Amino acid sequence: MEGKGKTGKWGSLWKGLLGVGLVLALAAFIWYRSGLPVQDSGDPLPVPADSVQASPEGISGGIHVQTGFRAGEGLPVVISNCTPCHSAELVTQNRMTREGWESTIRWMQETQNLWELGDNEAVILDYLATYYAPEEKGRRQNLENIEWYELEP
Amino acid sequence: MERRKFVGRSALLSLGSLLGAEIVFGNRLPEGLSLLGLQDPDPFALFDKDPEMVVLNSRPWNMEAQAHLLDDPVTPNKYMFIRNNGLIPEKPDPTKWQLTIDGEAARQVKSYSLEDLKKKFRPHTYRLTLECGGNGRSEFNPPASGNQWTVGAVSCASWTGVRLRDLLEDAGYTTNAVYIGYHAADRHLSGDPGKEPISRGVPMEKALQDETLVAYQMNGKDIPMAHGYPLRLVAGGWPASASGKWITRLSIRDRVHDGAKMTGDSYRVPCEPVAPGTKVADSDMCIIESMPVKSLITYPKTGATLPLGSSLPFRGHAWAGELRVARVKYSIDFGSTWEDCSLEAPANRLAWQRFSGEVRFPQKGYYELWARAEDSEGKAQPMVLPGWNPKGYLNNACHRIALKIT
Repeated sequence: MEGKGKTGKWGSLWKGLLGVGLVLALAAFIWYRSGLPVQDSGDPLPVPADSVQASPEGISGGIHVQTGFRAGEGLPVVISNCTPCHSAELVTQNRMTREGWESTIRWMQETQNLWELGDNEAVILDYLATYYAPEEKGRRQNLENIEWYELEP
Repeated sequence: MERRKFVGRSALLSLGSLLGAEIVFGNRLPEGLSLLGLQDPDPFALFDKDPEMVVLNSRPWNMEAQAHLLDDPVTPNKYMFIRNNGLIPEKPDPTKWQLTIDGEAARQVKSYSLEDLKKKFRPHTYRLTLECGGNGRSEFNPPASGNQWTVGAVSCASWTGVRLRDLLEDAGYTTNAVYIGYHAADRHLSGDPGKEPISRGVPMEKALQDETLVAYQMNGKDIPMAHGYPLRLVAGGWPASASGKWITRLSIRDRVHDGAKMTGDSYRVPCEPVAPGTKVADSDMCIIESMPVKSLITYPKTGATLPLGSSLPFRGHAWAGELRVARVKYSIDFGSTWEDCSLEAPANRLAWQRFSGEVRFPQKGYYELWARAEDSEGKAQPMVLPGWNPKGYLNNACHRIALKIT
């Protein structure tokens, strides 16, 4: 079902973009390898074949447009290490202390194939603890962001 | 709003997905330049979802409803939440699909085609409430990590398939059977073919219930891709993660299933209640089984204003995991006084129940309508957050909508 939908909607697109795509893909690949997380050996680590690396450029209103991340120190490192497997939204919707973010990184390393982050770990933790820190919410919050409307009888 | 934001920031990523690489100069494309079709890798179109659904996560896909979208007695696909742990299988071929029964407590390894399941076994249809264990997570304090579900990760669709019990009996199992663990065709986010995104299941007692299905239809049609096409385990009343999608194998285990997301903090809560923020050892965590009593006001949509003197009819659904809902009450004075709602019987066991009422307001002003359901064992929804747990499961605090009388 999913495949059928894709073919129908994107069929002409595929053909149209194939030529441009091959050139772009090659350029992308060369550029991409230079920015990959690396192992101690210096070899790029494997990342999911269908994952996409966002460019750290393109900030608007303090937000990195392509990912939704807050602009700030460490953003390029965060993008290159935190978005190959899952979307940035999985980060930006969460709020944790530095300790909480660290334990999430450990969990991903132990169970989800996240690589060793080396010196980047401190950069990432500083960024997350600064821009995605918890706020005190109490035991029940006010109802907020209400869109008021007149109820038809 | 949510939708526009999503499409804007994902369009280039999706171009990259199509080409198998990222778009190096994607960020330098002039604004407004239309890469034909690429502005529309639209999850709402892809999964046939209503535009009012809210995307929480695009990889893996996670999308929830808003309360007022869940007004139908039988949830249509367009309003059904998506909770994925991995990537949806690519082009599953129903003619080649096999479901294999194996495991330490299986008498044999036996495989069934979809055709076998449809022809050799009697079909059964039930309306089954499926709620994500983390529904309501966004309210916990300190915050719990994961997709920040608000209220919309619940559905009650009509599922058709074979009873898991019939299948287990056909394959045969030994007396030391303890648990059924599912394995599925979804792919791990890391791309590692050796890893399963999720492999959970249910104890034998739940597996043998009449309503526990290996389903091949939802709402009378093939199961939609995002919800497990072509085959899904459906165990109503339990965390929806027990209802494995795209299943290819069911293992009859001689121990509690130990697949991905059966251990650690996943779908487990402290066996004994803990203070908010407490670190809990693995050995002190217990698997969530039946979901707690809960309700949702599905009409009117929050934010209604109405003139003083008019009466407001309202309605919603209530459910209680393995149990029945015994009564639902409502309050318009922040829980000081409660009145009874009308409550209908469920269509079948494990289906949610319709409640309704009509209310008048004593004076102009701001009100909140609260609904509070009570299960057949006398447990009611709390008005504040229930017990904190590390991953923010089981928030069944009463639902509230805002109203203004003018």
